[in-house]
Amino acid sequence: MSDLLVKGTPLPLTVDGDERLARAELRRQIGRLEYQLSRLVAEAFPRLEIDSGVAAVAVEPRALGLGELELVRDRLAGRIADAREALASRDELETANRELRDDMLAKPADHKWLRISRADVGEPGCGHWHSRPRFGVLGMLMGWWRVKISSGCPL
Amino acid sequence: MAPQLGAEFPGLGIASVTLDGGPGKSPEDVRRRLRDLSDRFYGSHAIHLRERPVPWAYRVFFRQIGLDPDRTRTPIEQLALERLQDGAFKSRGLPNDALSIAIVETGVALRAFDGDQVGRLCIRDTGPGESLPEEGGELAQGTLVIADERGPIGRLFGERTDWSGIERLSRRVTVAAVQVNGVPQIAVDEALWIAAELIDPPADS
Repeated sequence: MSDLLVKGTPLPLTVDGDERLARAELRRQIGRLEYQLSRLVAEAFPRLEIDSGVAAVAVEPRALGLGELELVRDRLAGRIADAREALASRDELETANRELRDDMLAKPADHKWLRISRADVGEPGCGHWHSRPRFGVLGMLMGWWRVKISSGCPL
Repeated sequence: MAPQLGAEFPGLGIASVTLDGGPGKSPEDVRRRLRDLSDRFYGSHAIHLRERPVPWAYRVFFRQIGLDPDRTRTPIEQLALERLQDGAFKSRGLPNDALSIAIVETGVALRAFDGDQVGRLCIRDTGPGESLPEEGGELAQGTLVIADERGPIGRLFGERTDWSGIERLSRRVTVAAVQVNGVPQIAVDEALWIAAELIDPPADS
């Protein structure tokens, strides 16, 4: 029992540790986060412009301390969270717009004058879907509505 | 490389080559190569650039030394931005065109100095009271710089603002490549080789 007590005496906790290892780990995390942010920026393009800027913590280039590296990592993580949220919101909006477009195509008269662009549904190009009356005013009075699909970008 | 920096930033290094050749108008084959490069480089390339391993490595290193690569741009991203703004990689004469071509082709960060005014290059952090050539103020202690035996000659990645020493009468150019963790040695060698071939073409070309 006494042997066990002697062996169990706790060693003094090293609080300083090797900060270099901690900095190396933070730099690794920064690299991983930077890649994730870059992927999100590329994924969002051209539908959504994502701000990937993370305020500089130094005026001149220098080896950052532990606290500064943590700050960079946390700001990057914050940017990624913002970017994911913005992309999710955009996806939701585009899904809703696609459903609205499909409904408009099925029932043009229920969506008079509604115009949905390709950008609104997350598709490339400049075209749009537009609910308009056939034969102008006559169609408007008679309730003859149709969806006109534009051909694309003007030259 | 200063040993403490080498331990802090594994993979960080500098390689250089000194060439015969001064500043001047780029020959037609260099300008044609710039035009060809412009034709191959679109806006989508600029967006996806940061996902490629070498440009990504520089972005990461910028973050690690406290810079925001969306404000202080990495050399390749700065060129991409100028390509989009100007509609082409504009010729700015030698040695700049040679560096631009090598940077766009490889992604490696290059910069040029007057070969007769700089010695053996290294990357280190500054001590107290050090300053850059033609700059009055002292650099903050610990600033990462490119230096030779006499002292700092430029901030690390400060190529857009700092002294290069290259003037009309310069006769030799030192091209320096800054390598960071994640940039393969073969990319650095290729970047220096491309720049050297354009600044000081082999006699039989």
